Amino acid sequence: MSAPPATDLNEELRVGTCGVDALRSPAAVLRLPHLPEGVEQQPTADHTMIINMGPQHPSTHGVLRVMMELDGETVVATKPVIGYLHTGMEKTGEELTYIQGPTNVTRMDYISPFHNELVFALATEKLLGIEVPPRAMWIRMMLCELNRMSSHCVWMATNGMDLGAVSMMIYGFRERELILAFFEKCSGLRMNHNYIRPGGVAADLPDGWRDDVKHILEVIPKRLAEYDQLLTGQPIFHERTQGVGVITAEECLALGITGPILRSTGLAWDLRREMPYLAYDDLDFDVIAGTYGDTFDRFAVRLNEIRESVKIVQQCMDRMPKGDYRVQDKKVTPPPRARIDESMEALIHHFKIFTEGFKVPEGEVYVAVESPRGELGCYLVADGTAKPYRMHIRGPSFVNLQALPHMMRGGLLADAVAIISTVDPIMGEVDR
Amino acid sequence: MSELAPAQEADAGPEDTGPTPVFGHPTTLSRGQLCVHPDRDSYAALVRALRDDGYQMCVDLTAVDYLGHPGRALPPGVQAERFEVVVNLLSYTPARRLRVRVQVPEPDPRIASLYEIHPAVDTQERETYDMFGIVFEGHPDLSRILMPDDWEGHPLRKDYGIGRIPVQFKGAPPPR
Repeated sequence: MSAPPATDLNEELRVGTCGVDALRSPAAVLRLPHLPEGVEQQPTADHTMIINMGPQHPSTHGVLRVMMELDGETVVATKPVIGYLHTGMEKTGEELTYIQGPTNVTRMDYISPFHNELVFALATEKLLGIEVPPRAMWIRMMLCELNRMSSHCVWMATNGMDLGAVSMMIYGFRERELILAFFEKCSGLRMNHNYIRPGGVAADLPDGWRDDVKHILEVIPKRLAEYDQLLTGQPIFHERTQGVGVITAEECLALGITGPILRSTGLAWDLRREMPYLAYDDLDFDVIAGTYGDTFDRFAVRLNEIRESVKIVQQCMDRMPKGDYRVQDKKVTPPPRARIDESMEALIHHFKIFTEGFKVPEGEVYVAVESPRGELGCYLVADGTAKPYRMHIRGPSFVNLQALPHMMRGGLLADAVAIISTVDPIMGEVDR
Repeated sequence: MSELAPAQEADAGPEDTGPTPVFGHPTTLSRGQLCVHPDRDSYAALVRALRDDGYQMCVDLTAVDYLGHPGRALPPGVQAERFEVVVNLLSYTPARRLRVRVQVPEPDPRIASLYEIHPAVDTQERETYDMFGIVFEGHPDLSRILMPDDWEGHPLRKDYGIGRIPVQFKGAPPPR
């Protein structure tokens, strides 16, 4: 009987031909051979079995389908199959004006919508060559960091549920609701805000925002300490996460992996620090890095990133500048509501901006921000009209999913759920 | 390569004045961002040389269909074609970005795959193939990734209208 592939894998793991070269080995990713027509595939004599997990599996975080080749309980090869949520958002983005654009991109990564709006707004502003006023920058930063907190809370909730800590599910979503209630006060919606727009933000912060943010900043650290106690010191959680799904910094670089997964390997790469946008270079915060690059490190990185975000939001609240919340460039900004009642020209101006949009000079830019999942990029090509000629979003989840086959390889089926969870894919962003 | 560092993100520089060539390939500045324009044949070799020079991560790979675009700024000697493959590279130390833009002609939309250099492009080349029909030669599994396997056409091409084709599902009953 021919040796099952699992033996080859074990051999490979034992002699240590891992690393970056192993990423390219044909066995790394499960690829079904394309047979010529009329040829039937013969059943092989080995013991492996191919099973599908998803797209309706509850722990695949949406509609992710994972095809796995199993040898007993050992995962030999894996292939993530995506596209079930593809709605052609990049094509849609070509049909919407720059003002309408944020309504489209905000629906991609629905767990951290502010970052999507931010990257689109930053790319448009770079094409336009305008700079937003300081208050708009600090409002953007504060909301993005609150969003990072809510996003990581959801991750902790779902990760807890995947590993059997079901109470974490309820706690994580409870904290998220606290933050989303504040978002609703600011923008009118819990998710898909369309609040950060090219030229600034849609509206000033609501009255009494300081009390709300202060409440969030009081509640979250206390509860974080509880979750730390609930998970970090727990032996079952250790058993399920430590040494599971290990990835090295070199493999991350080769695979394009960014965000908490990259930082868990010990490479402290954070765009907020290395290529600062908005006013992040004015802030005092730490970049959290792990050591071993396993699932437990990724949990620790995300948990501590919430604490860093708390620090940032505190600084944003203390140092929030006064002034305008959007750029006073008549080409980009509609007139204030009060002016419309008294001035015909203002009414026309308002109407023109919202029906025709503003023209953006020809050019192409790539802008990236650090979203809770990694580098979120936006590549915009403008042709001088009011609509983008091409809008491409580099979704961190889409690229990070490539790590899945390599992190699962040689592991147990039971760990697969923990590893999918630790990648934190948001399928809206993967499929766009 | 240290002469590249000041060009990165330097918004003050005049547009498209053509900074220093990178490995002999013409460059442009687009809103202060450095772009290299190799030809199709030397594209993979350039990316490999850049990787060894510090651009360790291939962050993004996509394409643009310039059909009907009024015209774009290209350095002299680069012939504009319908498709353009755009690769965003990232270097960690020093922190800088570089964009590689390659012209791909419509009648023969083929280009070398970067899979051997950056395994990161696996899904991104598949997406670009799916959306634009650009064939990446040497990719281990160039198949559709977002659209269904039996989909016809490449949706992000400019001559592919929106809302023209009814939703296709495998095995769905035909409309009555």
